[in-house]
Amino acid sequence: MLLLECPYCGKRAESEFHCGGEAHIARPETPAELDDQAWAEYLYYRTNPKGLHAERWQHRHGCGRWFNALRDTVSDKVVETYKMGEPRPDASNANIPDPAKVRSA
Amino acid sequence: MLEVNLAKRAPAVFLAEQAGRGPIDIVLQPTMGRLSFRAKEAALEGRSEVSGLAVDGAINTRRENGDLAAMRLGPDEWMFLCDDGEVDNLAERIAEEMSGKAFSLVDVSHRDVTFEVSGAASDAVIASGSPLDLSLEAFPVGMATRTIFAKSDIVLARLSQTTWQVTCWRSFATYVQGYLADAAKDFAVA
Ligand SMILES: [Zn+2]
Repeated sequence: MLLLECPYCGKRAESEFHCGGEAHIARPETPAELDDQAWAEYLYYRTNPKGLHAERWQHRHGCGRWFNALRDTVSDKVVETYKMGEPRPDASNANIPDPAKVRSA
Repeated sequence: MLEVNLAKRAPAVFLAEQAGRGPIDIVLQPTMGRLSFRAKEAALEGRSEVSGLAVDGAINTRRENGDLAAMRLGPDEWMFLCDDGEVDNLAERIAEEMSGKAFSLVDVSHRDVTFEVSGAASDAVIASGSPLDLSLEAFPVGMATRTIFAKSDIVLARLSQTTWQVTCWRSFATYVQGYLADAAKDFAVA
């Protein structure tokens, strides 16, 4: 069972949660002034990193709150979760497994 | 009124034969008044209670006060429980007390049904469909939380070491009761 740390409820099973895609994407203040390319980038273009990824998650079958999670897309390890509105934490000290080792394991 | 009629309607659940035979009791609770209350910290202005219902408890705890109970389901969300006939009075009192503040109060009495699951192995019956750690350390008496049970969204509350309340939406009641009854079969006396 995969456990996620809800900032309000603590560690709970992943089946109680729902993922809402990449975090920290601000809606443009004046959409009418954007050209098609800029609007398309806001709507569809994502960083899709190999490594740490900031994502929105909702504790849907729990407290119902949205929060953000820093997840390693290689190992699926959730390094940190934090409340909406808080800045992306500096996880440079996080113990991230070496992708090469994960792949060969 | 439609809402009143719905609230009085008997829940559409079947009475599983197995449920009453073993050491596990699965008992549909009488209709009760249920109010979903939402308010941010600023609107509560440091109140410890609203019309007799505690709002200062930790998230995922249940607090009783006579015939009233308050379950804090999230940082700004509570489920208030009262006697069936009291719900309109209670809603008016809360609305009066919170008047002028930003809050939401919705009568959801007709939406939910509650089963009480009790008996020595009741935790094993709940665990059959729950991903939670149900040990007393992780889920103490007085805890209440929204969670998932098999494929249904429920609110699970522990009233004593061996007494649980499982609350689900009315349309999920047959499924939830059937799942509980099926799990309880394992503990039935042959
Ligand atoms: Zn939560």
